[in-house]
Amino acid sequence: MPAITEPLAPAEGDPMLPRIVRVGKRARDHNGTVTLTLESADEMPLPTFRPGQFTMLYVFGVGEIPVSISGDAADETCLVQTVRAVGAVSQAVTELQPGDTLGLRRPFGTAWPLEDLNGRDVVIVAGGLGLAPLRSVIYHVLANRARFGNVALLYGARNPADILFRSQLEMWRKRLDVQLDVMVDHADSSWHGRVGAVTLLLPRLAVDAARATALVCGPEVMMRFVAAGLSDTGIPDSSIWVSLERNMECAIGLCGHCQVEGLFVCKDGPVLRYDRVRRLMGVKEL
Amino acid sequence: MSHQPVVVGRDGLAALIAALHSDGFRVLGPTVRDDAIVYDDVVTVDDLPAGWTDEQDGGRYRLKRRADNALFGYAVGPHAWKRFLHQPLLRLWRAEPDGTGMQVATDAKPTERFAFLAVRSCELHAIAIQDRVFLQGPYVDPHYQARRDGAFIVAVNCGEAGGTCFCVSMNTGPKAATGYDLALTEFPGEPHEFLLEAGTERGAALLARLPQRPSTPADAERADAVVAKTAGNMGRHMRSDDVPDLLLDNLEHKRWDDVAARCLSCGNCTQVCPTCFCTAVTDANDLSGATERTRRWDSCFSQNFSYIHGGAVRPSPRSRYRQWMTHKLASWVEQFGTSGCVGCGRCITWCPVGIDITEEVSAIRGDAPGGGHGRA
Repeated sequence: MPAITEPLAPAEGDPMLPRIVRVGKRARDHNGTVTLTLESADEMPLPTFRPGQFTMLYVFGVGEIPVSISGDAADETCLVQTVRAVGAVSQAVTELQPGDTLGLRRPFGTAWPLEDLNGRDVVIVAGGLGLAPLRSVIYHVLANRARFGNVALLYGARNPADILFRSQLEMWRKRLDVQLDVMVDHADSSWHGRVGAVTLLLPRLAVDAARATALVCGPEVMMRFVAAGLSDTGIPDSSIWVSLERNMECAIGLCGHCQVEGLFVCKDGPVLRYDRVRRLMGVKEL
Repeated sequence: MSHQPVVVGRDGLAALIAALHSDGFRVLGPTVRDDAIVYDDVVTVDDLPAGWTDEQDGGRYRLKRRADNALFGYAVGPHAWKRFLHQPLLRLWRAEPDGTGMQVATDAKPTERFAFLAVRSCELHAIAIQDRVFLQGPYVDPHYQARRDGAFIVAVNCGEAGGTCFCVSMNTGPKAATGYDLALTEFPGEPHEFLLEAGTERGAALLARLPQRPSTPADAERADAVVAKTAGNMGRHMRSDDVPDLLLDNLEHKRWDDVAARCLSCGNCTQVCPTCFCTAVTDANDLSGATERTRRWDSCFSQNFSYIHGGAVRPSPRSRYRQWMTHKLASWVEQFGTSGCVGCGRCITWCPVGIDITEEVSAIRGDAPGGGHGRA
């Protein structure tokens, strides 16, 4: 490391520089999962986002991680992000309290193809925390329900305690214009719903495969089986979308960590069309 | 360029270095240190590795004396020019407590301009490849850009092929074709002369300031003979036209297990590679509450490289070697429109166990009996 002899200059125009924002609200969800509502800490408005994109959140002195945006893209006053504590940085993010400041780098990456959904049946399949980046799509679909054909939302969690956004799911289940099914891998005595892998729900989807678009997000092994299962129901691979997860340190395609085959997941993804990634999703340790 | 090549002597080369200094450049070029040719500051022509050459093979590098006093009579060493353009260690920013929040600041943009002396053709291609990575994508790296802008490049047409060189296979040498301000071809012996050609207007302007004589057709023939001899002496060969599909169609080839049994996952190949660009960020805190974020070269051979919650995506050496080689030779083409390999041979020479990328390609293709050595 060269000696620090250069003067410190104001930070601007560098995509690696975080912007300081403030935690407005903090909501605890299930086991170690927290949803933060971020607000501007200065006069500048927050950046807008497209559902499916992520941001890099930085806790000073701890580190930076990519985090899904789980809020409503129509609300430009805040940025809602859902984080589960799985490592040192995500733990620190979940411990932030209202009023605390943190670093934010832009929303990055590709988005779910919302424009392509108009006039089509919509299938949303989420696993575990994968519901977070799809919640932005659900807000959009429910707010503009008349634009779409049949809408199905399938959600799988490991166990009842791991169900994310549970009260919202209960609320959405009451709607007559949405098919909503929740599965858990392992039930307890409180659970009266279905038990098993979310793929078991695919054969009874009430959609027209030829005019359906499917959006899938969850652990990669779950997406692999769900996307293949959707493909088996007749939905073309080109109408199935998944959101991949890889190590990301820069989010701008320069650090190399998220590279897989010909893709940088941070800038060519995370949302990718299944016909592009089907082959690589089948190769172990790629 | 319409400018005629000229011939200079060692005094002309000394004048070139002096002229670059007087124009404000920091002149970097080959020097001998720690028994290797490394790129460092060149103050005078005496800093250049006169009379040195090298012996290179898989896992082997030795400097040795030449019979003549050639200044550029070696092949590439462990350093690549990327160490100046894409620094091994870089402070991205520093944040200091500021009342209730943090104030983020960066270093001032560097004002230093580089002149690179004796850049090989393979290295010109490597710089062009990193230009695509850092300057021509949707995001520009301002640190690379600041160092790359205005860099003056003096290329050298290779007079010696190294034992692990295969630029001819990758169509990247040994003659510099583009991307330089000046290109030189060395004629060792007596008289010790250099043919100098300008590739840019500023190169031509600099050329005009040197003690020189006009070149003759005989000089041009001599220069052609130098690179022709080098092209004929490549230490390695690799059929490259079919490589992207070959590798991507063989992701489960048994050869990956074979190379994984030899690979130490040390990452040397990625550090010496002139195009490898991966980095990692780390944070350091001090007692004042300030935080500094630094970026350093990283390697896809480390297990941490692919870490996401729950573990590494590529936990095995097999998957990490496959990642490096398929990225370098295959998926790089999709990402950047060019192979990531320039045939410089550094990854072969500096691999502690002598893994040879040309040999691995041959083995996967199955076209060389006995595993194939990739030699001519």
